[in-house]
Amino acid sequence: MMYGLTIFGLTIYAGGHVRVALFITCVNDTLFPGTGKAVVTLLRRLGVDVDFPEAQTCCGQMHLNTGYREEGARLAHHFVDVFRGYDAVVVPSGSCGAMVREQYPKLADGGAFGEAVAATVPRVYDLSEFLIDVLGVTDVGAYFPHRVTYHPTCHSLRGLHLGDRPRRLLEQVKGLELVPLPGAEECCGFGGTFAVKNPDISAAMCGDKVRNVLDTGAEVLCAADNSCLMHIGGTLTRQKAGVRVMHLAEILASTAPGDTHERGDSR
Amino acid sequence: MSRTFLGMPGTVSMMGYSGKEGFPENAAKAVRNSQLRFNLRKATGTIRGRRASVVGELPDWPDLRQAGKAIKDHTLRNLDTYLVELEEAVTRAGGHVHWARDAAEANRIVTDLVKATGETQVVKVKSMATQEIGLNEALHDEGITAYETDLAELIVQLGDDWPSHILVPAIHRNRSEIREIFVRHMSEWGRPAPEKLTDDPAALAEAARLHLRERFLATKVAISGANFMVAETGTLVVLESEGNGRMCLTLPETLISVVGIEKLLPTWRDLEVFLQLLPRSSTGERMNPYTSMWTGATEGQEFHLVLLDNGRTRVLADDLGRQALRCIRCSACLNVCPVYERSGGHAYGSVYPGPIGAILTPQLRGMESELDRSLPYASSLCGACYEVCPVAIDIPSVLVELRGRSRHPMAERAGMAAAGWVLNRSGRLARAQRMGGRMRRLVPKRLPGPLGGWTDTRDLPDIPKESFRDWWNRTDGGSR
Ligand code: SF4
Repeated sequence: MMYGLTIFGLTIYAGGHVRVALFITCVNDTLFPGTGKAVVTLLRRLGVDVDFPEAQTCCGQMHLNTGYREEGARLAHHFVDVFRGYDAVVVPSGSCGAMVREQYPKLADGGAFGEAVAATVPRVYDLSEFLIDVLGVTDVGAYFPHRVTYHPTCHSLRGLHLGDRPRRLLEQVKGLELVPLPGAEECCGFGGTFAVKNPDISAAMCGDKVRNVLDTGAEVLCAADNSCLMHIGGTLTRQKAGVRVMHLAEILASTAPGDTHERGDSR
Repeated sequence: MSRTFLGMPGTVSMMGYSGKEGFPENAAKAVRNSQLRFNLRKATGTIRGRRASVVGELPDWPDLRQAGKAIKDHTLRNLDTYLVELEEAVTRAGGHVHWARDAAEANRIVTDLVKATGETQVVKVKSMATQEIGLNEALHDEGITAYETDLAELIVQLGDDWPSHILVPAIHRNRSEIREIFVRHMSEWGRPAPEKLTDDPAALAEAARLHLRERFLATKVAISGANFMVAETGTLVVLESEGNGRMCLTLPETLISVVGIEKLLPTWRDLEVFLQLLPRSSTGERMNPYTSMWTGATEGQEFHLVLLDNGRTRVLADDLGRQALRCIRCSACLNVCPVYERSGGHAYGSVYPGPIGAILTPQLRGMESELDRSLPYASSLCGACYEVCPVAIDIPSVLVELRGRSRHPMAERAGMAAAGWVLNRSGRLARAQRMGGRMRRLVPKRLPGPLGGWTDTRDLPDIPKESFRDWWNRTDGGSR
């Protein structure tokens, strides 16, 4: 299958040595491998052969945002070293994507690292951006016969400015009923170490988010960031609420019975 | 009426907090108060909606916002020149200008000015700067009573309470609570509340009007702040909703205005931008009902301007932090903040609560106390504040910067160093993941120590048998 990859306005076709890397993120790698498998399955189905550079670890978000600049900057250097040769880097996590795109340029005060950041950062795409903006698809051939509500997550929304991309992708999924989430744009209260440093406020925020989710009557809560889902999902299961959480990639990777496709591990 | 001032001299008032407990502890108490949660959700929700609709109707809002940011940045860069220009213009127009390095100096100047008039009572226009320096308390110590005339400030003063919001200081109170405060305490301060006062908003407003009117007519000295000062003309500007401010500004024989040095605008034309940005961002109105402007002394009135530094030049010297001085105190960031909505303003232990408080207070006051060190962490970094700020203050970035400068607890430092070591090499990460996979059944349902904050209300995710990278290697990227 031929696919067009537009980078800096250039369309390069398969076979033309386009190198697409998956940045799985340390959280997905360690705790949610199913999401990574779903991304690989989905991209292969769309004809993209994705690479997993093994030296990758973490974007440095936890360290930088908690005030550990040195460690954070070291991880940022490592990220750029690992990914700088690729034409596109796909990230299935809004907050890690936003970390790279928003904060790396601020860390780089010129020099070789600055150049490397300038060369790498524009090629870092959230999964939904890669699908819609680069591959030009909204119907990815998915089938998922469930009632789903979508939480846009703060860094996807206000960091990466994904807009309605994830929703457009979900709307094209066969069998899926997308129900609007009241107060969708409000933070769920995760915020990385915030959830541990300010547990009462974090839990209060999540409590309100969960109430809104339950009000929709959805069976599945979907987002493009497993960190937020871990937080909301952890509260949902503690409350035995009967709502599952799923990463966008996992829904998009699901296909109708008969389509050969192995569902990613459930979380 | 008796209230101990616990602010440290020369710094931002601590609002009754000792600073020993951090924001998380203060907020935890607030979160359990269901009346407070309800009041805040209702009030911030309403004002948030109003702001969104009046901002949405201006197609050039992003340009206005950029203009506001640019004007403020330019002014701050040239503050030395513009301040002198302002001083000259105010003096030319018959006003007196005083310079105050810190809170103590400002309080002394104002107290001396009031004493010189021989009066023991002053009326006040709502002002953040005078709260920041704890002026009412300083006046009280010298036998001078300050009467707040803004309706919400009046509620706070009568209730012997602390403000919890920049614009709506009594946002934590609902109308039945306000009724009770009026009925119980108005008589201690002047004209008592009317008999059979109901909690109907119009009735409450009328009670306040009657109570305050007497005060306006009887008092000879007024103290105000200002939203803007125009360097070119020496004009001060106050925006308000009730008209009580205008009463204070016009009726008394002596007017003393205490204004932070960052409130400056170079020219009259610059007001065009800010008179659009401020009302829409703060009350969600196209234009506020009362905009008072005065230049120097008007006939029959003496005018003093006290220019307040109180830490501002130190903030100005900070490359990243200085953007906090652009703030026009609209409080839009408070109203959208999910943390503020649940903690309320008191938890921040400062006259500046919410996101702006979390970056301004530690800069003005330093990060010595537990409370001040915890303020930069009072945010999930969701970015809603930055999005609404009319002068584009990148609050999340300043928070992260301040976190970088803060002293971290030892256990956390050890944990972060260990995590950093593991994440530095993919081989170490892979080994750690395999170890986690083998011990997955041993992870307790409730975590010990500070991490227990997670498991108190949330389950932990199950640790998978195999990490993604091990799956990739075992199956050659899923092809085996
Ligand atoms: S920081 Fe921005 S949004 Fe917050 S009060 Fe100041 S001007 Fe308004």
